[in-house]
Formats: sequence, C-alpha cells, structure tokens
Amino acid sequence: MHMADALISPAVGAVMWTASAGTIAYCSKKVREEMDDKIVPLMGVLGAFIFAAQMISFTIPATGSSGHLGGGLLLTILLGPYAAFLVTASVLTVQALFFADGGLLALGCNIFNLGFFPAFIAYPLIYKKIAGAEYSQTRIAFASIITAVAGLQMGAFGVVLETVASDISSLPFSTFIILMQPIHLVIGIVEGLATASVIAFVYKARPEILSTSLHRIPVACSLRRIMLAFLAATIVTGGIVSWFASEQPDGLEWTIEKITGKKDLEAAKDGMHGTLALLQGRFAFLPDYSFKKADLKPATSITHADTEKPKSEGNRLGTSASGITGGLLTLVIAGMIGFGLRKRGATT
Amino acid sequence: MSHHIVAVKNLRHTYPDGTVAIQDISFTITHGESVGIIGANGAGKSTLLHHLNGTLTPTGGSITIGNFPVTKETLPSIRRTVGMVFQNPDDQLFMPTVYDDVAFGPLNLGLRGEALEQCVSNALAAVGAETLRHKPPYNLSGGEKKRVAIATALAMSPDILVMDEPTSGLDPYARRQAMHLLAAFSHTRIFTSHDLDMVLELCPRVIVLHEGVVVADGAAIELFNDTELLEHCRLEQPLSMRGCSYCRKLAHIR
Amino acid sequence: MSTITTALLDLKYLEILAAGDTTIHRLNPLAKVLVTLLFILCVISCNRYELTALLPFFLFPIAMIARANLPPLFILKKIILFLPFILLVGIFNPVFDRIPLVQFGSLTVSGGWISFLSIIIRSILTVGGAFVLIGTTGFTPTCQALRRMGMPQVFTTQLLFLYRYIFVLAEEAGRTSLARELRSCGTKGQGIESYRSLIGALLLRTWGRAERIHDAMLARGFNGEFHRVQSNGFGRMEIIYCFGWSALFIFFRLTNIPLVLGNFITGFFA
Repeated sequence: MHMADALISPAVGAVMWTASAGTIAYCSKKVREEMDDKIVPLMGVLGAFIFAAQMISFTIPATGSSGHLGGGLLLTILLGPYAAFLVTASVLTVQALFFADGGLLALGCNIFNLGFFPAFIAYPLIYKKIAGAEYSQTRIAFASIITAVAGLQMGAFGVVLETVASDISSLPFSTFIILMQPIHLVIGIVEGLATASVIAFVYKARPEILSTSLHRIPVACSLRRIMLAFLAATIVTGGIVSWFASEQPDGLEWTIEKITGKKDLEAAKDGMHGTLALLQGRFAFLPDYSFKKADLKPATSITHADTEKPKSEGNRLGTSASGITGGLLTLVIAGMIGFGLRKRGATT
Repeated sequence: MSHHIVAVKNLRHTYPDGTVAIQDISFTITHGESVGIIGANGAGKSTLLHHLNGTLTPTGGSITIGNFPVTKETLPSIRRTVGMVFQNPDDQLFMPTVYDDVAFGPLNLGLRGEALEQCVSNALAAVGAETLRHKPPYNLSGGEKKRVAIATALAMSPDILVMDEPTSGLDPYARRQAMHLLAAFSHTRIFTSHDLDMVLELCPRVIVLHEGVVVADGAAIELFNDTELLEHCRLEQPLSMRGCSYCRKLAHIR
Repeated sequence: MSTITTALLDLKYLEILAAGDTTIHRLNPLAKVLVTLLFILCVISCNRYELTALLPFFLFPIAMIARANLPPLFILKKIILFLPFILLVGIFNPVFDRIPLVQFGSLTVSGGWISFLSIIIRSILTVGGAFVLIGTTGFTPTCQALRRMGMPQVFTTQLLFLYRYIFVLAEEAGRTSLARELRSCGTKGQGIESYRSLIGALLLRTWGRAERIHDAMLARGFNGEFHRVQSNGFGRMEIIYCFGWSALFIFFRLTNIPLVLGNFITGFFA
C-alpha cells in the first residue's frame, strides 16, 4: 500500500525523505565500493523485471482471486540488501512520477516502508536465519513466506504510524491498525508464496545465482549504523521542522481562525502536549465519541460553540459565505488565466 | 598503424556447465577483409565472436588482434580496436536517447566538447540516423535500432567491426539499407549470419563452423557450390545462386 | 495486467508530451523540479481544515497546462484514476471527526467533511503538479536534475536503466502471459505451477540480458564510471521562473486570497 501526498504532513514527509535519501546515499556508496560493475545493468533490468512480473498473476486455489509478485523480498534474495533497496527505491520513484502512485513528497515514506523493512530488517534477521548457510528448497520456501509476511507487516505499520503522525486523516490509530495489519497478512502470504516458487525455480535452473548473493557481505554490523544514522536524521529534521513550526504558528493559526472561526480547538492541537493529549483521546475513542456526538446536535452545537467563542453566529456564516464566493471566483480567475495563456501560446 | 590482423590459434572454450562450445578453431583475417562466419545453430559462432573483444576468455589457445594478444592488460585497447554490434539492439542501446548511447563510448574514451559532438555526428551520419538523435531507443523501428547500434560501435572509431546477425529481424528494405551500409565500410568486417544471401553479397571469404570446429575456410562462391559440405553443416545454398525454380517451372508450362 | 499495459501506454504518451517545444519545455529541468517541489510543499503545509486558501494554487497546474500545451483532459483523467485510493482513506474523516466547524443556516458541516474535501483538493493539486512536471520535462531530464541536486550517481544510473528496460521487459512479459492465457482454459493452468516457471524463465532471461548489456558496455570502454553530457545552464528565464512562482506560492500560502476577495464582494453587496 502506498502513502499519498495528500495524507502526510510536511514534517513527516521531510523526515521520511531524509531517512530514505540517507539510506539511498549509503547504499549507493556500498554498491559502488563493494560490488562488481556487473551489478549496474543487472539492477536496472531487474527493476524493469519487477514491473513486468506484476503484469502476470496466478490464481490462488479455492478463492477465485489472483495474486502477483511485489518484489522487495525477491530482489533482496537475488541482489543482497544494498542493491535491492536501490532497485525498490527506483521502482517506487518511477511509479510516483508516472503513475502518481503515492506522489513526490510521500515517496520518502513509500521507499522506507517498502524498501527498508524487507531489505534491512526482515531479510537479515529472519530470512538469513531460517534459510541458513546450507539452504534447501523447503527451507527457502519457509523462510520466504515468513520474511515476506514480516516485511509487509512492518511496512503496513509504517504506513499507519506515518498517517497518524501526519494528522491529516482522522482515522484513529487503533482502527487503522485493525484494518491494515490483517490485509497485509494475506498480501504477505501471497507475496511469500510467489517469491518462494520463483526462488525454487532459479535454485533448480541456476543455483550459482543464489549462492553468490547468499554469500554477500553480512549486514548485521552496518545495520546498526544505518539505524543510528536514521535516528540522527529523524532528530535533526524533526527538530528543524518543529522549530520552524513553532516559530510561526501565528500565520497558520490566523488562517485557520479566519476560515473556521474556531481558535481554541486548533490551539489545543498545537504544541507537543496538545498532540499527545489528542493521541490519548483517540486511543480511547469511545468516550471521545460520545462527547463529539453531543456536539453534533445543531442546536446545542451552536450554543456550545457560542459560549466557547465570543464570535457571533452571523459572523461565522458571513465568513463561510465569503469563503465560498471568493473560492469560486479564484478558480474562475485561474481558469481564465490558463485560457488566456493557451490562446497566447497558440498564436505565437 | 600496423595491419590489423586477427589471428585465432587453437581456440577452445568450455562453459562452466561443461558444454564444449568451441573445440579447436584457428584462422587469420587480414586488414580490410570481409569475412562471413556461418554454421548451424549451436555451431559456436556467437561464442567465437565474444572472444574477439574479450568478453569471453578462452579456455585454451590464443587470440591476437593487431600485434597484441587478447589479455586482461590489453583489453581496453583491444575493445577500442574491435567494434562489436550485438544481435539484439535492445541489449546494446541501453542509454535514454540515441545521442547518449552513441556518446557513451567516446565519453569513456575521454572525448569532450567539440570533439565529442563531431564524433557523435559523424557516427550518426555514417548510418543515416541524424534525425533520430534525440529519440529514446524504445521509439525506434527495428531497422533504426540496428543502424543506431552500428553507429554506437562506429563512434569508437574501430579498425575491425564484428557483427552478430546484422540483418536478422529486419524487413527487406531495412535489410537492404543495412547491407548497403556495411558494403560501404572500409573496416575489416567479421559477420555471423544465417542470411546466406547477405553473406554471399558482402563477404568474399567464408568460414564454416560445425560443432565447434572450422570445417571449411575459403572463397564464398566455391563453398556455396559444395552441396555436400552445406548439407553436412545443416546449411543451404543462398537463394540467389539457385536460379529461380519457380520461373523455370512457369516457362516449362508455357 | 491491462492496468499496467495502459499505464505503459500512458508512459509513452507522457514522453511524447514531454518532447514538446514550448517555453516551459525549454526551461532547465532543475528549475522545474525545484518549483514543483516548492509547490507541493506549500500545498501540503496547509492546515488540515484548509479549503479556500488551497484554491489559488490551481493557478500553477492550469497555467502550466495552458502554456505547455498539455491536454487538460488527459491530466484530469490521470488524476481521477488516482482518487479512489484517496477517497478510501479520506472517507474515514467524516466518520471520526464530527466536531461542527462551519454553519450554513441550519446545515452544520463537521470538521471531518471539511478535512475530507481538503484531502481531495490536496491530492488533485499534488498529483497534478507531478504530472505537469513529467509532461513538460520527461523522465531523463528530471533524473538529471535530481542528479544535480545531489542524488548519488549509482541511483541516477539505476533510474535510467530501469526506465529504459521497462518497455522491453513489459512487452516480453505481455507476450509470455498471453501465450499462457491462450492455452489455458479459463483459470485452469493459470495457477502457481505455471506461474513459477513462467516468472522463473522470465527472470533467467532477464539475468541473461543483463549479462549481454554488461558485455555491450564493456565493449564500448565502460570502466565503472558514467559520463553524461551536461545539459543547458541556468539562464535568466530559469531565474524568473523560479523566483516568480516561488514568490507567488509563498504569497498564496500566507494570504487567503479567496477570503479577501469574497469579503470584498459580500461586503460590497451587504
């Protein structure tokens, strides 16, 4: 599942971009220094292969539905974590640019969710442990399924965390998690099955392909370094972003107040303790819900809001009316400018 | 420059899985010659070609290009001397645009600026592909791809051109175009092909491979008249040498 | 399968659009990438309940589409194709966020609906912005711009290789898949058994192709280093483009223009 631009906040987007860009830089360095030139075209065509393989599906017995390969785990098994991470990142970049899968700002999140977890956590900690040094077909199959499931669970959890941290969607953490994890359990099993069967085929036909990648440099030690770098990046970007945010909350608040006429609600959300309080409120969403429900009745809501706010109802109505009029007008003007530009472009 | 003699001596190649692709091959090709290497599928033609610029290393015997043996140390200069055109242009054209692809080799040789522009333009002009310059390879037709692939090799200004199946998969017009192009070159040319009519037209000399050994090496016109040899090597006389049985039959009926 | 085939066709179409020759097309890719990034950043940094202040941002994609002669309907279609996913996640907002925010007479609109609408507008803007970038720039120049912004060369090369072989491999996969479909009756024979050998064989052929490409690279003097010809520089046009749009975006971000306009008009009639 892909994160979308519309659902993330700049702070989350920036943090994840930094994390992904850092990992890309690190992996690029590793690939450049430690791998044969041969890997350059191999990575490229395997990325294209992942695209192509997603065109082909297989029917899942007794269900009538069909599944296909996701690719992250297969790439890691074939190329090792560094190169595989880069290939996954490149596939996602093309998807973001051309198929609008996710979007540019969410790209950082997507690369991390779908690239980092399978390559740097699930593969070294699970796949290698189960598949072992003297791998056999059943071991590979078993390892693939478990690893694919684990990788996707982590990825899905990442999506949930990023969405909740962004606070654009109102989906509560608990509900989102209940939705996401089981779906990805199923997807993970299908992915693992597909990966295992392809690996089994390669194992039979050209075992040397697997043996070379299996004996690539262990990642255990560098994993810690990546995690540390990621942590540092998070703290630094998080710090910078929140500093900027706290520097000028007024501009933001001012606009919110203007359009909604509700200052206190937003103010409560501002700042660290506000966010935490909000999160807490969401975890226990039943009492919260009843509170909101009481709020929903129009009559009480108006009085409720009125006691809360000094602003009169008429004023608020006026604000929304002018908001809509102005909004429509803006769109018309933008459209007319576009039309004018096109005409000018056509004549020149 | 010295004469670019290609000398292959007792070449032998065994693949890692144990398949013997080349048992024992020896021949010499001198400067400016145009030689066709023919043989059935699996006779060892492609394996032989890959030895000529060092992408495969012999398991036995040796290869000399000019006065240099093909070794790890001489590889860079050998690869500059021997321009290689692969059978499938999609394997050869890997850069985003035609221009980038043709410039790939010269850039690796260290050409920059005006010299680079000149080199790319010349190579594209030589194959009549100037207009394709900024196109991405996936938007080219089969014939255009082939010509651009040849241009990428020409841009390295090689002395020897080695081509695997230069006319395969081309329509009659594109095939004719490619043949005109190849006939006009003054390089030493080595082709492999199943298109025996093309070989007959372009190569005065033919080397026939069969199961990894040279079974015949001589004038094309003579070898193509040796029906016994051709049959033994799973080959056929070029159509152009057979007269036209269809027309003859028509004349007979009349 | 059909979705990927159409996606690939769209991809080719976008490349054709990007090959256009307008003032926008001729701009340095780096300028366009920078402006697009700032655009997206300004749009998504708006508050979750923001509606009206987002609207002026439509000027950017509309102006680009107009000036660069892009087909508006195609871009619109691409954006709409992407909407279901957004709707799926966004629809939970009205469910969970029921605090009333806006009042029209007796009609109360909850914050959830406002933020839901806001999400839709955001995605139209951000997706539109990305398509405008590719439609006026093309993939390769965009990669070069990213390279100049400091993306590691290994990764740029990877992107270019990937992009080059998507077409080749997708066609190959399409053929193989069709061959299997033609000989399997219904869903029989489309199970994991045939899938295994089909994908496996495709993978091995791909592996072989990579080896041949590597040979082709070596044959032309490749020694691990990718040299590229530098693109045109950053001229006056680029500077005007960058500063003009940046100033406008920041202005849009700081002032709620529709509200000012609306206040003026409603004030006029009141």
